[in-house]
Amino acid sequence: MSDMFQFDLVSPEQRLASFGATAVRLPAAEGEMTVMAGHAPVISTLRPGVVRIEGGESGEYVITGGFVEIGEGGVAVLAERAWRRGDDWRGDVQAVLDQVSAGRDSAAPAGDGDRDATDLLIADLGALLKKTSA
Amino acid sequence: MPSLKDLRNRIESVKSTRKITKAMQMVAAAKLRRAQDAAEAGRPYAERMDAVLGRLAASVKGSASAPRLLSGTGADQTHLLIVMTAERGLCGGFNSSIVKLARARAEELTAKGKTVKILTVGKKGREQLKRGHGDLFIGHADLSGVKAVGYENAHEIAADVLARFDAGEFDVATIFFNRFRSVISQIPTARQIIPASFEDQAAETGGSGAPHDYEPSEEGVLADLLPRGVATQIFAALLENAASEQGARMSAMDSATRNAGEMIDKLTIQFNRSRQAVITNELIEIISGAEAL
Repeated sequence: MSDMFQFDLVSPEQRLASFGATAVRLPAAEGEMTVMAGHAPVISTLRPGVVRIEGGESGEYVITGGFVEIGEGGVAVLAERAWRRGDDWRGDVQAVLDQVSAGRDSAAPAGDGDRDATDLLIADLGALLKKTSA
Repeated sequence: MPSLKDLRNRIESVKSTRKITKAMQMVAAAKLRRAQDAAEAGRPYAERMDAVLGRLAASVKGSASAPRLLSGTGADQTHLLIVMTAERGLCGGFNSSIVKLARARAEELTAKGKTVKILTVGKKGREQLKRGHGDLFIGHADLSGVKAVGYENAHEIAADVLARFDAGEFDVATIFFNRFRSVISQIPTARQIIPASFEDQAAETGGSGAPHDYEPSEEGVLADLLPRGVATQIFAALLENAASEQGARMSAMDSATRNAGEMIDKLTIQFNRSRQAVITNELIEIISGAEAL
């Protein structure tokens, strides 16, 4: 049996999950990463995607971005918006995608860093909707 | 001397007022519970956000590449005051106390020769500030259709504020809201959100624990987090305000109910005395009439 650590998932409005886990898979800014007990302390931003928790209480959560703090006390995901995978989140994510797409052209000119970030966000959100639709 | 009928009418009207204030008090109590729960639920996020931002800010501070949201524009000429009040009245001094604080700050800054701009959240503050400082308004966030404030609302306000900051409309932003301490005590508070200040947290978390790695980079994470931090602080303030509003309304309505009760007692005594006086008068008339025969 592998070591357990504390996992927390909080959004601005509520605490969605708080329990022990053996492994957490995260859609980190620089690629998917799996965190297990004893991981080096890292703070990373997260892309839209699915957070997968294994261990005592396994579960999957859909997030639209946020950041993660990995420290000695465990793993804390701070998501701007998050849903349990089984819940009805599709419409909300679609709404976020529409909003971002609508603001894309007015926000920044092509070639700008902000524009690239926006395009990446749109691609990630689209992929999230597609990936989990099957 | 009011007639018996007048007195009876007044007692009736005070009684119905008491019924209304009593009902409002109970509604406020129920809403207060919900608002407190919401504030409680939002706390873990805000605390962690503050801690992480504080640590990051401490390590990036001083470097030339620090984002403008943290280091400021280098000037403090133009101040934006974000005044958060309620959409409704009948909550004691709740709205006035925030407005008073904001007005004092605006006057102090104006006296120093600074430019002041005001963004109002909530109808009541706007109405109260309109008279003296209406020319300083640059925007208003309307929450009248919102039943329970959500992160959405804070996000919208934050997006508006950040867009104005990027456009160079102001150098320093301060939010004004009521911090909830208890049902009878709400503290009007001013907190500077741009440029961000985290001195106390940074001192606490500065030395503890192993240093974190940052992905993609310290600056990258910070640039991503700071706007969220602004939204989080606005959200926290909105939640505190919502709880304070209900608390203030509850205690205001409680004293109104008690007042009405006292008034009813007083009027009832007056009513009984007048009625007795009328009866006595009638008796005297009858007796003196009988004696005269």
